[in-house]
Amino acid sequence: MITNVKVPPMITEKKLVELFHQMWLIRFFDEKVDEFFAKGLIHGTTHLCVGQEASAAGAIAVLEDRDKITSTHRGHGHCIAKGAEANRMMAELFGRETGYCRGKGGSMHIADVEKGNLGANGIVGGGIPIAVGSALTSQMKKLGYVTLCFFGDGASNEGSFHEAVNMAAIWNLPVVFICENNQYGMSGPVKDMVKVANIADRAGAYGIPGNVVDGNDIFAMMNVTHEAVERARRGEGPTLIEAKTYRWKGHSKSDAKKYRTRDEEMEWRNNRDPIERMRRVLISEGIVSEQEAAQLEADARQEIENAVKFAEESPMPPLEILEEDVYA
Amino acid sequence: MSTPRELTYLEAVRECMSQEMRVNEDVFIMGEDIGLYGGAFGVTRGMLEEFGKERVRNTPISEAAIAGAAVGAAMTGMRPIVELQFSDFITIATDQIVNQAAKNRYMFGGKGKVPLVLRTPSGSGTGAAAQHSQSLEAWMAHIPGLKVIQPSTAYDAKGLLKAAIDDDNPVIFYEHKLLYRTKGHVPEESYSLPIGKADIKRAGTDVTIVATAIMVHKALQAAVELEKEGISVEIIDPRTLVPLDIETIVESVKKTGRVVVVHEAVKRGGFGGEIASLIAESEAFDYLDAPIKRLGGKSVPIPYNPVLEKAAIPQEQDIIQAVKDTVFRR
Ligand SMILES: Cc1ncc(C[n+]2csc(CCOP(=O)(O)OP(=O)(O)O)c2C)c(N)n1
Repeated sequence: MITNVKVPPMITEKKLVELFHQMWLIRFFDEKVDEFFAKGLIHGTTHLCVGQEASAAGAIAVLEDRDKITSTHRGHGHCIAKGAEANRMMAELFGRETGYCRGKGGSMHIADVEKGNLGANGIVGGGIPIAVGSALTSQMKKLGYVTLCFFGDGASNEGSFHEAVNMAAIWNLPVVFICENNQYGMSGPVKDMVKVANIADRAGAYGIPGNVVDGNDIFAMMNVTHEAVERARRGEGPTLIEAKTYRWKGHSKSDAKKYRTRDEEMEWRNNRDPIERMRRVLISEGIVSEQEAAQLEADARQEIENAVKFAEESPMPPLEILEEDVYA
Repeated sequence: MSTPRELTYLEAVRECMSQEMRVNEDVFIMGEDIGLYGGAFGVTRGMLEEFGKERVRNTPISEAAIAGAAVGAAMTGMRPIVELQFSDFITIATDQIVNQAAKNRYMFGGKGKVPLVLRTPSGSGTGAAAQHSQSLEAWMAHIPGLKVIQPSTAYDAKGLLKAAIDDDNPVIFYEHKLLYRTKGHVPEESYSLPIGKADIKRAGTDVTIVATAIMVHKALQAAVELEKEGISVEIIDPRTLVPLDIETIVESVKKTGRVVVVHEAVKRGGFGGEIASLIAESEAFDYLDAPIKRLGGKSVPIPYNPVLEKAAIPQEQDIIQAVKDTVFRR
């Protein structure tokens, strides 16, 4: 019985254990990607969400299978949380035929439409209007599903954000905007790029609720998202949630991180690690033991090792697919 | 005489901007992450330290606003240089570039001017896939009121950028990502190359290759191979698409009688079609010994997998083959 923490009604103890494991999967996936990128085995560019596991896992945990998400360039976590297989994701990053996009998309362009993931996006802010369109379908066809729209603090300065949120607001669309404020848009500190104290404050300009939440607290994430999703399902329209979080790694490859200090990084890593925070709660609630927690971590590590093996053993795409799928 | 000095393409671009900013207070640069970070490709590295954050202006991630602010600044007396992080994001800034920057002077009856430079990295080869790898120069070349520049060497980049900054019109300046690290002779002093003057990158007699940006380098390699087989290739780099130096191309075709046009952008609707048509419409038509041949990217978004990525655009071997098809045609 969960006693000292509030959780949304659909979150069982079993689900909590799954979420804990899922956060480790997200972390190990991206740490592996980091490692393989450094070795030159993954090419192109990648954006890692290490340190941001709770916002992805927590928000998506309260969704039903039919609900949808749109993601960003920093989207591996969202993708995993929405049910993507680590195997096929890793294969995509290796550019293999078995990857989600047959090696054509890579890190920034993974979609899994069948599972309700309408895609990562290489265009900052590019997914926000798409989420609104998805919500419009749900409303017009009375499908009852909700769309969660992830984007960064930086993306909230794109015109697409303002236009899309306004449109969703006036039409009362079933969409929940989740700004993962990890404090930086590439090298731009949010405090230099946004004059209001919170991105969520912008909600007022569109006449919708705005909530600030500790994005490293998976319980807070679940509760606030649940409330917003319920509201959307009742036809009361969108909510803007701002999850305050931090990305542990640089923006992408060649990032010397000159725009922030080592002390700041260490503070977030050592004192606000979302996985460690959940671990402590699960243990104090008696939901898992120390050993069980360690086992879940080890299982996740193994799953990612298996994904790498799967990716490495997968074939390269044949040249013939180059011109396939340009048109339906 | 000073000893020839080598710079990378990237350094040449930076040196030009720095030199212009030193002598002209109106010139400033703005874009995403161009300050402390030095820009996505490091082009502006070190400039913040010298010029300060007023003139090396870090912007929010707001391409339409960046382009629009540059238009407004340019109309009111500044000479902004915009760094758009990837040329793909021109799509977001399109209204400001196409409907505002390009048309204002004309619409307002020749009143005012819009002296801005929009620099942006273009092209594939980095594995960044479809949304960060395309070549959209033909789009911009289609718009009356814009000038479009595509330098292929460090020397050309420095000289053409100065010309772009001095120009009183909006100029789109495409920098190929894979050329940033290439080196070449670049004079230390400030110099300007004319916008609208092609460069003969290699002289030859049997066939003309008109190539842009990175394709100039692939064509140069192909020419070395073809030379071994006794085929003498002349390579023309237009350097600027708008205005285009068609005379230099026509003269070359009159000499060689054969022409292959090659660019990285998708062949369909690409600028190669324009060049081919201009040749066909010119007096060079009567000198042609074979049909004009065009090489360009396949009609696909740029894929992620490196093998597919390479296969999507013309390579040295394709150029060699195209030249042979042209030369050995009877
Ligand atoms: C339209 C557009 N502009 C710029 C970029 C380059 N870019 C990619 S990610 C990024 C930073 C985005 O910051 P934010 O939205 O806060 O997300 P975060 O990276 O922090 O997760 C930038 C500038 C892009 N991909 N698309």
